[in-house]
Amino acid sequence: MNGESRLSLHPLLADPEGLRARLRPVAGRHRKERIFYFLCLAVSGMAVLILAALFGAITLMGIATFSWKFLTAPPSPAAEESGMYPAIMGSVWVVLLAMLTALPLGTASAILLEEYRPRSPLMRRIQHIIELNITNLAGVPSVVYGILGLTVFVYMFPLFDGTGKPVREWGVVYYDQFYNEADTVLLVPVNTLDAPPVQPKTGMLAFDADFHPVNLQVIGEDDPWPEDPERARVTLRETDMGGRISEKTWYYFCLPFGRGVLAGALTLGLVILPTIIIAAREALRAVPDSLREGAFALGASRWQTIYRVTLPAALPGIMTGSILAMSRAIGEAAPLIMISGIVFLTNPPRHLMDDFTVMPLQIFNWAQRPQTDFHALAASGIIVLLAILLVFNSIALLIRQRYQKPLS
Amino acid sequence: MIALCVTDMNELKPKTTLDMPLSPESRVRGRAVRRFRRGIEWLILALLGSSTGITLLVTAAIIMVLGVETVLFFRQEEVSVGEFFFSLQWNPLLGGEKHFGIWPLLTGTLMISVIGLAVAVPMGLITAIYLSEYAHPKIRAVLKPALELLAGIPTVVYGFFALAFITPLLKWFHEGFNSYNALSAGIAVGILIIPIVSSIAEDAMRAVPNALREGVYGLGGTRFDAAVKVVFPAALSGIVAAVLLAMARAVGETMVVALASGSTPRLAYDPRLETQTMTGFMVQMAMGDVSNFGVEYYSLYAVAATLFVMTFSLTLLGAWVRRRYQEKYE
Repeated sequence: MNGESRLSLHPLLADPEGLRARLRPVAGRHRKERIFYFLCLAVSGMAVLILAALFGAITLMGIATFSWKFLTAPPSPAAEESGMYPAIMGSVWVVLLAMLTALPLGTASAILLEEYRPRSPLMRRIQHIIELNITNLAGVPSVVYGILGLTVFVYMFPLFDGTGKPVREWGVVYYDQFYNEADTVLLVPVNTLDAPPVQPKTGMLAFDADFHPVNLQVIGEDDPWPEDPERARVTLRETDMGGRISEKTWYYFCLPFGRGVLAGALTLGLVILPTIIIAAREALRAVPDSLREGAFALGASRWQTIYRVTLPAALPGIMTGSILAMSRAIGEAAPLIMISGIVFLTNPPRHLMDDFTVMPLQIFNWAQRPQTDFHALAASGIIVLLAILLVFNSIALLIRQRYQKPLS
Repeated sequence: MIALCVTDMNELKPKTTLDMPLSPESRVRGRAVRRFRRGIEWLILALLGSSTGITLLVTAAIIMVLGVETVLFFRQEEVSVGEFFFSLQWNPLLGGEKHFGIWPLLTGTLMISVIGLAVAVPMGLITAIYLSEYAHPKIRAVLKPALELLAGIPTVVYGFFALAFITPLLKWFHEGFNSYNALSAGIAVGILIIPIVSSIAEDAMRAVPNALREGVYGLGGTRFDAAVKVVFPAALSGIVAAVLLAMARAVGETMVVALASGSTPRLAYDPRLETQTMTGFMVQMAMGDVSNFGVEYYSLYAVAATLFVMTFSLTLLGAWVRRRYQEKYE
């Protein structure tokens, strides 16, 4: 504090105009404060406004074509007859299977990372790497998972020839289907899809359209057609050619998986795995240590503590996290488009290897067409999708409020 | 009270809880039970370990699949590494001459990401400042769920919104817009990543201790001064991380660009025209027949590898910035 710096203050006090000029910025600052506040309010309001615009626009576009029939009918080339039943069922299959794979894996990883804290520096290093890796997996674009699933599940690239055609199959019978001159269907079983076409012979094992075995009668090309209708029903001519059909059971399974439900579900499972791990870890971390210590003090082993104490306490949190992961899975389209492509299906999937489509893919399919009729259908589909997501999120919120009481 | 008369520490050790001494058989049985229990514990640890190992396996599989198939792509006659990185043309599908230069797809991706960030960063940051510094708890209780809702809407919905709502709006403002254009897709991507920016940035700002704000008020500062001149710089590492993560998300965004931005890769910077991103190309390929194992099929992997490298480095950079430049106030 020398004299000069004290002197530098004096002119201000000696000059009231200057002082006022220096003080004025306070008012300016308050104005700035107010302007900024309204800017904040406006911008934050925009987020709500956008949300309202989105819901409003989609409801307006889609409500006209939204009906019970829309939920229960298959898609059709005619817009007014289209529905999304196969897509809804496809979503149910794929999302449930994805949860079935990702939930146990994710919870197990979370338990290991949270409950088994390593003591040695090496293990601690490994755990750090695993944690970093999970963060990174959560950041990988879902379309990249689609590419991974395409290679690993659909083609099983290094193991099979890479065409995606079934190499090993279970639960399927192939038939050659014949139509005879009495207009009845006769089925002759064959071993594989690629077996040579069947030459009909008398006494061959054959079935009628209801899969009852019949006594196949084969006559020459120029022989007279039998009069007896019972006999005519099981008669074929030597030169008749069959068409290959397959009869797949509900447990049909093949390797590689091909572009089926299972490949899609496993891929989707990988997409949501990091989300589930992160959510389950947070739920486990929220369980107070006093509970664990209480269990240990009663002589429980580590796994007994986890299974009987920590997991039940963390269950609501894990469930909330999994429901949110599930709603992400329901809306995910990019990885599944790599797996299944855009397919036209009128049936819901019947077995794990069946072709499938899901709600977001059906919406995408309709939205990318140029005709506005289909845009209305896409909007209706979005209403269904958003309604389902809303229900899921409400359930998650309910669980969170109902069960998340303080544990300590 | 027993403890008072203990002189030898060994006496504190529990003997048996029973008055009767244990028979040798029951002691053997007890040991067997203990060994069985320990076996179970190890088995469970192994199970947990293997499921955790799967997460590492997934990363390894991604890197291996993309790496191997990209090498196969460069082995093809029609392509070379030089062409991939330096050619300015990308047309793998049209007959005749095929070109595999990544730049048109890369610039398309960057343009849409930059438009998205231009929408999301100001809006997300201002929303974050509002939420952490100004908002009344009641407004917070409305705004937070609204943002969570925005984050939970499937991306295909944003794609449809861009195509059926934003694009007509843009066309109404200006006639030069194509039915598929980069700006519309970019805006939709921006809306999509607002919640990412705002939630991470808000967390970072809330972590700034109140003492700093009170210091500003004590010096006669307004809330604006506190928010913009103190809290914002103090939370900068978190904010930068938020922007990087949002960028990674924008680069990898797929369904919006597949629906709204068209399918013509071009090396132009006009946001009114259609453009194609890396992810858009991948979807286009998936919708056609990708199983023919031609050079187009392998180009899918090369594009996916480029995309993966970009998002992976953005995520790593974000995590690093967050850790390295985090201010500590303890």
